[in-house]
Amino acid sequence: MNNLLGRLTWDDVKLFEVFEEFSIDSAVASGAAWVAVLGLVAVLAWITLARRWVWLWREWLTSVDHKKIGIMYIILGFVMMARGIAEGVVMRTHQATALDGGFLSNHHWAELFSTHGTVMIFFVGMPFITGFMNYLIPLQIGARDMAFPLLNQVSLGLTTTGAILVMASLVLGAFETGGWTAYPPFTGADFDPGPGPDYWIWAIVLSGFGSMFSGLNFAVTIYKMRAPGMHYLRMPVFCWTALCTSILLVFALPPLTVAGLMQALDRVAGFHFFTNDLGGNMMNYANLFWMFGHPEVYILILPAYGIFSELTSTFAAKRLYGYTSLVLATMSIAVISFCVWLHHFFTMGQSPTINVAFGIATAIIAIPTGVKVYVWMATLWRGRIRMTTPMVYMAGFFILFTIGGFSGIILANPAINWQVHNTQFIVAHFHNVLLPGLIFGIFAGIHIWFPKAFGFRLDERAGTITAVLWIVGFAMTFLPLYVVGLMGYPRRSAAFADPAFLPYMIVCLLGAFVLLAAFAGLFVTLWISIRNREALLVPLGDPWDGRTLEWATPAPPPHWNFPVIPEVNARDAFAREKAEGKPYVVPQEYRDIHMPPNTSSGFWVMLATTGFGFGMTWHIWWLAVASVISILVWYFIHSFRDHPEVVIPAVEVRRVNQAWIEAIDLGKPITRDHETGTKNRGYAATDMVIAS
Amino acid sequence: MRSIHVRAGSLAAISAPVAMLGDPALAAGFLRPIGPIAEMQLLELIWASVIVLIAVLPVFVGVPVILWRYRRSNNQATYSPQWHFNTKLEILMWGVPTAIVVAFGIWLAQGVFRIDPYRTIDAEMARGMEFEIAGPTVRIDIVGLDWKWLYLYPDEGVASVGEMVIPVHRPVEIRLTSDTVMQSFMAPALAGQIYAMAGMETQLNLIASEEGETLAENTQYNGTGFPQQRGPVRAVAEDAYDAWIASARTAPPLDDRTYGLLAKSGDLAAARDDLDREGSGPFAFTLPDGALFGRVLARYMTGEPVPPETQPGSPTYDPEAARLPAAPHGAGRSVACTPTGPDADAVECPFPDDTHDNHMPGMDHE
Repeated sequence: MNNLLGRLTWDDVKLFEVFEEFSIDSAVASGAAWVAVLGLVAVLAWITLARRWVWLWREWLTSVDHKKIGIMYIILGFVMMARGIAEGVVMRTHQATALDGGFLSNHHWAELFSTHGTVMIFFVGMPFITGFMNYLIPLQIGARDMAFPLLNQVSLGLTTTGAILVMASLVLGAFETGGWTAYPPFTGADFDPGPGPDYWIWAIVLSGFGSMFSGLNFAVTIYKMRAPGMHYLRMPVFCWTALCTSILLVFALPPLTVAGLMQALDRVAGFHFFTNDLGGNMMNYANLFWMFGHPEVYILILPAYGIFSELTSTFAAKRLYGYTSLVLATMSIAVISFCVWLHHFFTMGQSPTINVAFGIATAIIAIPTGVKVYVWMATLWRGRIRMTTPMVYMAGFFILFTIGGFSGIILANPAINWQVHNTQFIVAHFHNVLLPGLIFGIFAGIHIWFPKAFGFRLDERAGTITAVLWIVGFAMTFLPLYVVGLMGYPRRSAAFADPAFLPYMIVCLLGAFVLLAAFAGLFVTLWISIRNREALLVPLGDPWDGRTLEWATPAPPPHWNFPVIPEVNARDAFAREKAEGKPYVVPQEYRDIHMPPNTSSGFWVMLATTGFGFGMTWHIWWLAVASVISILVWYFIHSFRDHPEVVIPAVEVRRVNQAWIEAIDLGKPITRDHETGTKNRGYAATDMVIAS
Repeated sequence: MRSIHVRAGSLAAISAPVAMLGDPALAAGFLRPIGPIAEMQLLELIWASVIVLIAVLPVFVGVPVILWRYRRSNNQATYSPQWHFNTKLEILMWGVPTAIVVAFGIWLAQGVFRIDPYRTIDAEMARGMEFEIAGPTVRIDIVGLDWKWLYLYPDEGVASVGEMVIPVHRPVEIRLTSDTVMQSFMAPALAGQIYAMAGMETQLNLIASEEGETLAENTQYNGTGFPQQRGPVRAVAEDAYDAWIASARTAPPLDDRTYGLLAKSGDLAAARDDLDREGSGPFAFTLPDGALFGRVLARYMTGEPVPPETQPGSPTYDPEAARLPAAPHGAGRSVACTPTGPDADAVECPFPDDTHDNHMPGMDHE
């Protein structure tokens, strides 16, 4: 029996730790494990009671529709974000009590900062941006789906595998304690032989494959599947940022995967890539990790830049200023992001020449980033700005992200970096770019595209309050860290000795509660909106006077997106049609549409890779081998089976499209004055006509 | 040096609480340096902030103004929905950040070359940065242990755990390594940090220009005792330094057995327990073996695997089993073999502990 479970024993089950030996620490650990288990049980019970299993399987889990896959990515992101934020609040509470030691044990604290970072980067940030790219790319370039719909589903499966492994560490055993970067030799077998680092390795490696496949898929989709007339320089800016992110995903993920696999070889097979002895060199790990790690920052932020670009021009009712500059800036960021990784360890002991080269390269990235901020300002200039929820996020982004950029440039100077590296200053900086940058962008994006995906708008008042809470909460939680960082408070420290830090930590704690309220605000907004959805319905599909192709479809769009593939003859095609007074052209002729069939591949890949990762983590070798064999067998069988495409008859396409067009003909276009009112059913009278 | 403290006041632009910077009550640290290198770093921070402020101020001022003036309900404001390009504005948008980055880059390069941690502090540097050198260089070898710093003074024949004492106005030349996982050494009032890694040597040069006390911290997480791995660095007058050395010479010796026990994972208090030292806080040793630092490096470079039982910091570490290897030939510190400055590559190093064996090509200090 022992062999069958590898090194997993009863003692590794976290649920009962608190009953065996009570302490605050074990109560928090067991409590978290119970929340995870009961949460899962509750969801499964609800699905069963509501008799939703068949629906879930047919409509979602086996679907290859890019829109549904995108939504599933974002749901995964929110589930993991709940964990990440809970951990953040626990950590801030600990730090407020950390003058000479906090209420958690140092070991538990270390696990918290390691899982928090891993979860937030890999299983919140990545699913969010992948979800948005999934949903928007085909709609914006006028395609029906991704280039490789099945691979898309497999990518989602692999990302979910990583998330499951990280969640499993909450219940069985423990996660590693070396931070989200998991630097060896601390995470090597000599210093941490337990399952923690293995959880990290397999979660990162397996989900890393998923992200790389996503990148390939998106890039090929953008290269090959643009609608006729959609030249590269007519693509919406979001698609440009998505293209750059995809290229980064393809080139940046492999170093991480390789570093993870090398680390696995060190741990399991007695290799010496990163050990202290026999020529192992942990700085090689640091180099590989950050060769991924720095582009990763831009992987996360570029799609958010894309959202902000669409947002400024839509909500200022104005053409985007400096499209070419924005494209150039995006591309140059993508390229330069590969040339700066060493700024994560200016303190390694390399020559000043190398430090100067990487310092200047880092500063150069600030040029295109600065240009972007100025471009958005110029887009707002002489616009007619609607200060609704997305623009509130945008305003917060402008101010806070600029502070983050400011501290980023400061960090680019090695002479300063030597002093603030590894301190709370760094913690402040990267939260400062990722939260107002990435997360505000995502939430603004959700407010904008939610009605497209689900057919009704989100409540404006609740949305605005939530946005303000995010801005205030962020400022309180993270800006004080700049000061304590300059005063020399190291990051990842469970305790501090200087009483001068205490007031700052208390402000941070209050801020963390505001952020918790802000997170809850998202669900309150959703709840209020669902209850009032009759009043918020926008079936006609264009609630914001949108500019790009996705707004020229009903909300939610049909599975096949467009009745006929649109012909594009300008940038902002839909906005132009509206300005010229001839949107919603009825196609001359309808044809049958061929769509890829549903498949359960992604689901089986997820099960098998989870089994593999779990087996490797706990040394359950039979499970690991069986999982690999099952994947191979599955694909062998899969490739010999017929997968007939689903044909949607022209009559059906015509019926759906005619119904939508007729509803528009019956409706009355509403001006932006009524944007947030019940009159807004998604038929927009455009502001642009007034002046042009 | 006083003038720097005054200039530091302009940092208030970044965040108000830092305005107390000139306050002498503030503990010595990055914001109140006691040595010219950290002073220069603070100056870099101030100048970098000022330069970058040119680029970010327009955003802080412009965004609220634009959002207010061009709000939809304001019918007075101009509306130009098709305006999308302006050559002059483009030049400004790309030109201003570029100019700032050029200025920033020049400033950065000068700073990095001037206070490179590997640069020997000599009369030329003292002239360039206007500080005073009074007396010969002090050489200190630092070994990072879980969770305390061990300071070796091979020239004086003493060692100290948890406290570094340096004489004011004398250059301090430090070599660092780790006898466990990676660590990062920082004494913020004197200089920035540098990594310490097992089987590898890094260097740090610093000098104190006034008496005072700062912290030496480990900033790289290395286990549960991480928050305890910080202790005082005291910059003292010459006679106080001599007195400290003299008192350290009366302490028990740091022989191999003692070192093995000291290397066990644990904070200062645990080390005192293990070594039967009464009292609390930092404590000293006499150092019979001037080659100890080289032998710590050599532990990982024997060409044989080092099992976890003989690696300090590992959960299975056994002090009895983990003997340091014998001194490699010439492992004591010799001037001829310490790579210093631009001549480093010209120096023949006959033993494996200095720079050549375990360094990546890019890491060699040229």
